[in-house]
Amino acid sequence: MASQLVPLAVFLPLLGFLLNGLLGRKIKHEALIGGIGSAAVGTGFVIGVLTLLELLRAAPDDRVRIIELVPWISAGGLTTGIAYQIDQLSVVMLLIVTGVGFLIHVYAIGYMHGDPGFWRFFAYLNLFIFAMLNLVMADNFLLLFFGWEGVGLCSYLLIGFWYDRNFEKGTTGDAAKKAFIVNRIGDFGFLIGIFLIFTTFGSLRFQTVFAQAAVFEMGRNVMIAITLALFLGATGKSAQIPLFIWLPDAMAGPTPVSALIHAATMVTAGVYMVARCAILYALAPVSLEVVAIVGAATALLAATVGLVQNDIKKVLAYSTVSQLGYMFLALGVGAFSAGIFHLMTHAFFKALLFLGAGSVIHALHNEQDIQNMGGLKASLPVTYWTFLTGAIAIAGIFPFSGFFSKDEILWKTFAGGQWGLWLMGLAGALMTAFYMFRLVTLTFTGEHRWAQGKHPHESPKTMTIPLIVLAFLSLVGGILGIPASLGGSNAIEHWLAPVFQPAYDRMALGQHQNHALEYALMVLSVGVALSGIFLARTWYGRRKDIPESLAARFAPAYKLILNKYYVDEAYDAAVVTPIRKGSERLLWKGLDVGVIDWTVNAVARLFGAISRSLRVVQTGLTQNYVLVFVAGVIAMLAWLLAQ
Amino acid sequence: MSSIAQHSTSGTVTFEPLLFFFLAAMAVTTAVMMVVHRNPVVSAISLIGNFFCLAGFYLLLRAQLLAVLQIAVYAGAIMVLVVFVIMLLNLGEEQSPAFRLGFRTVIGTGLAIGFVLEMLYLFVLTPFTEPLRRDIQAGAGVGTVEAMGAALFSRYLFPLELTGMLLLAAVIGAVILAKKRLT
Amino acid sequence: MSVPLPYFLSLSAVLFTIGVIGVLIRRNVIVVFMCIELMLNAVNLTLIAFSSALGDINGQALVFFVMAVAAAEAAVGLAIVIALFRNKQTVNIDDMNILKW
Repeated sequence: MASQLVPLAVFLPLLGFLLNGLLGRKIKHEALIGGIGSAAVGTGFVIGVLTLLELLRAAPDDRVRIIELVPWISAGGLTTGIAYQIDQLSVVMLLIVTGVGFLIHVYAIGYMHGDPGFWRFFAYLNLFIFAMLNLVMADNFLLLFFGWEGVGLCSYLLIGFWYDRNFEKGTTGDAAKKAFIVNRIGDFGFLIGIFLIFTTFGSLRFQTVFAQAAVFEMGRNVMIAITLALFLGATGKSAQIPLFIWLPDAMAGPTPVSALIHAATMVTAGVYMVARCAILYALAPVSLEVVAIVGAATALLAATVGLVQNDIKKVLAYSTVSQLGYMFLALGVGAFSAGIFHLMTHAFFKALLFLGAGSVIHALHNEQDIQNMGGLKASLPVTYWTFLTGAIAIAGIFPFSGFFSKDEILWKTFAGGQWGLWLMGLAGALMTAFYMFRLVTLTFTGEHRWAQGKHPHESPKTMTIPLIVLAFLSLVGGILGIPASLGGSNAIEHWLAPVFQPAYDRMALGQHQNHALEYALMVLSVGVALSGIFLARTWYGRRKDIPESLAARFAPAYKLILNKYYVDEAYDAAVVTPIRKGSERLLWKGLDVGVIDWTVNAVARLFGAISRSLRVVQTGLTQNYVLVFVAGVIAMLAWLLAQ
Repeated sequence: MSSIAQHSTSGTVTFEPLLFFFLAAMAVTTAVMMVVHRNPVVSAISLIGNFFCLAGFYLLLRAQLLAVLQIAVYAGAIMVLVVFVIMLLNLGEEQSPAFRLGFRTVIGTGLAIGFVLEMLYLFVLTPFTEPLRRDIQAGAGVGTVEAMGAALFSRYLFPLELTGMLLLAAVIGAVILAKKRLT
Repeated sequence: MSVPLPYFLSLSAVLFTIGVIGVLIRRNVIVVFMCIELMLNAVNLTLIAFSSALGDINGQALVFFVMAVAAAEAAVGLAIVIALFRNKQTVNIDDMNILKW
């Protein structure tokens, strides 16, 4: 059975990591290294497809497989193992991770050509896939957490890949550290959540916990605590308010890394985790509200910042944060499968956009400022058309995939009565369309503004073919989620329904079948997107003076969003600097040097003092020694006599 | 020895004590002279005298072999070596006094006197040697050459050989230590 | 036995003490050696006295060895003195004090 091969799919990337990591330096052929890396992931994709087929052939209520490899911990009441759960949700994630991962591996063969750390790159990429697959396929929270930490580690390694380069105000290493540390804060919340789950349910295995949760009492405080703690972890990994600050800095890494980790896969781990724990969230409506509000707020906030950024990757980074906000909004209003659907389509078009940006950067020899681009349409045709496809998809224009997923989210939000959040989502959609097409216009159209001596040319096939594949998927991926109102079967919702059914049961969601309202909203959102596109094309095409004058007139506001609301600076002042200063003064100088070092040195000084006082006995004068002999002998004799 | 004792009937027993006290006085005198005199050669000569007195004592105690060895080895070899060295180093008279005065001297002297008083107390005033006073065999010939030879070559054979080695080592060592470096 | 044993022992103790005092107070290292020889001889006397009193040859055998060892020790010790004299041009024992802290 194909599902039995899933552990192989998980461990092949680990093998690839070991091969490339240990032997990569000696393998001189880039093709071989890249081939090992890509094959490891590609095989996983094939296994995923076969598993999907197997599940499709099975009956709808027989689509869960558990494969246990080895028991891991068996202590007290805690028994977990290295075991994988194959069900509708995890198979979707498996396909996304390995599929998009494979395409990006192939792209990286071209992009990283000539880099001295080529072998290291592919080793890290494979390690990442290994960790990510453990995360999505795990059957218990502990293994999921292992994958969670593993992807955090790989993110650090890959962001800081070019370790000798500077990045903005620091080095790439600083950016990597920031990512890791901010993630850590989230992980703290995640761990608290796991501990609480264990004490409440007595186990960490999904099946056990969720079975108990299905009959658990609603609205208990412990459940609110668990879900909020888990969500804190999700905000860290998936870059939501308040822990999104690491994602823009993560652009210090090579573009394939940004595409894979910070667009398609790692940042979606939080979404996956919340979706997986849907039943727990269903039991704590307060937390769901929090998730929805945070998601909507993040979506809007990040979109505003993305409006004015000038670095091509920064725009896409904030776009990612924004789209992740949409996914959490979906989860928060109970549309779990819509959130996963958007995760999937986003993986397609965001990876496409990042890879396309990489193609542009590559062509212009590491130019990333869009103010220095323009008119690349002619030199980079494939890149242009695929990038345009991705942009249309993310803007949400029918019939591209982004339309279906984003619209589903907005509809479910509106239908759930959350009009404030819906409005935020709509405003975000407008801005999304605007900034994406600002990007497209400034980069690809108009006159060229790039520096003298650069001759942009189209990227090699290993880079353009993945672009084409992803463009195709961005175009047609929506088939999986055509809603009933448009005559479709909403395949993905039905496919994922069994996973979320326990949650749906406890949430008492009504089935709003108001098709007319749905059409109206669809038209509204498409119209909003189109106007955003039109505005962008005009303002950055014919009427360049408008954005400039707006920036001048609203200079303080412009500066505010250009500097991303000074969030980093605020964190620095409020959290980072006090902790650092406190550690320096109190913990380092006070405790470490003052107490511990002092004590150790005092012991040494004590011994020194004792020896100094004792060694005066060694005068070097022979007769002194004789005197001592004599005295000793006399004393002994006296004692003997006294006996 | 017993024949001499028989001849002087009245003074048989008193001959030896007289000799003892005479030799004892000589021994102590020469010892003190050695310790006190400024000239190292005079110290050496008085020590030689002391050794002769001790040889006399050994004869009194019927240890004939050792008496002769005392003169031959100690007085004849060791002290000669010492005198050679003194002359080699061309040592003159020391400053006066020959010994240092000071804290160490006082303490040392005090301790030593305490020691000897202790010993005297032990030997004279306590019944420490009571058992020995009675069982002394007069004229026992334990110190003869035959007896010594028999003991040395049977029971003390191993130490004897080792001593030979020791002397060899000492000779070699002395030569090496005192050799002048040829530049 | 005409001379009682304690007399010999007392004499020996006195000679030994004189030797000890000599070791402690003299500055000339060769004289210190000679005092050490005096001490050894005092002990020899004790050993022979006991041996004679007990009728036991072992004491005298021991003295034999003591003499041999004393000879060896004197030879080596004086060689050291000569070597030291070559370096320091003095036989003052207070000047030979570099083995100190």
